Amino acid sequence: MELHVNGETLHFAKDTMTMLDLLEAYDIEEKVAAVEKNKEIIRKTDYSQTNLEDGDRIEIVHFVGGG
Amino acid sequence: MLQIGDKTFASRLLLGTGKYPSFQVQKEAVNVSEAEILTFAVRRMNIFDAKEPNLLEELDLKKYTLLPNTAGAKTAEEAVRIARLAKASELCDMIKVEIIGCDKTLLPDPFETMKASKLLLEEGFTVLTYTSDDVVLARQLEEAGVHAVMPGASPIGSGQGVVNPLNLQFIIEQSNVPVIVDAGIGAASDASYAMELGADGILLNTAVSGAGDPVKMAKAMKLAVESGRLSYEAGRIPKKTYATKSSPDTAMIE
Repeated sequence: MELHVNGETLHFAKDTMTMLDLLEAYDIEEKVAAVEKNKEIIRKTDYSQTNLEDGDRIEIVHFVGGG
Repeated sequence: MLQIGDKTFASRLLLGTGKYPSFQVQKEAVNVSEAEILTFAVRRMNIFDAKEPNLLEELDLKKYTLLPNTAGAKTAEEAVRIARLAKASELCDMIKVEIIGCDKTLLPDPFETMKASKLLLEEGFTVLTYTSDDVVLARQLEEAGVHAVMPGASPIGSGQGVVNPLNLQFIIEQSNVPVIVDAGIGAASDASYAMELGADGILLNTAVSGAGDPVKMAKAMKLAVESGRLSYEAGRIPKKTYATKSSPDTAMIE
């Protein structure tokens, strides 16, 4: 399947995966972060139940220095 | 004590976390400043480098209240999106509404700022709104229910200090919510002056992060905010045109 993550198109061998699978694939599931799927916020408790579909647009953000 | 929404703070200095020369210097500056509220921006994570260090991992988060900003937003809709993402981190429910309407001056768009503030209040955020020093807008933001109004002293990062003390004074006089002077502070005297005018707090970033010695400047800002507050509470003497002797005229030596 194909996902658009933070503006980049990524290809995955799996046909079904959850948000948690995606975060684990990049070893960032423990990081302080927030996630959107197609502009909808996904709560942390819902990561494992959120199925991703081909073409989904995912944003994974975190806090950086700012004023 | 500074009260914002349902939280109370001993420090009246709010510190930004952008553009420090290193994590180490930043950590030390944050520590020395004794600030309890730290601002952050929300940005895309580099997911391909999970090892990339993040300031949050360096800080004892129990000691600080995080104040994410909506910097980067040009519309209320974008600001609300950023605010929701920030809240989804489950680390904070405060948000600094910052919607820039002019790339050169970085002054805020008043209409989008008002709209975003109202939307975020409806969603239960503790809203601190960065605004220009427009007196009427500051009043209307308070009427809309924001938890703090944050007028700029001068343009963001300009270091010009307080360029319109009269407007700041008007805003401070009329406000029933905290007035936090946000942006434009260059040196400790600027922070002290804004506090002497009666501001409830100061939010600054570049004045510390861009200083020759950020750690030393963080200390200077802490002291300036404290001394400015004390001076305001003590009540300054009125300004007069001519001199008044402080030594007695009597019992002179002849």
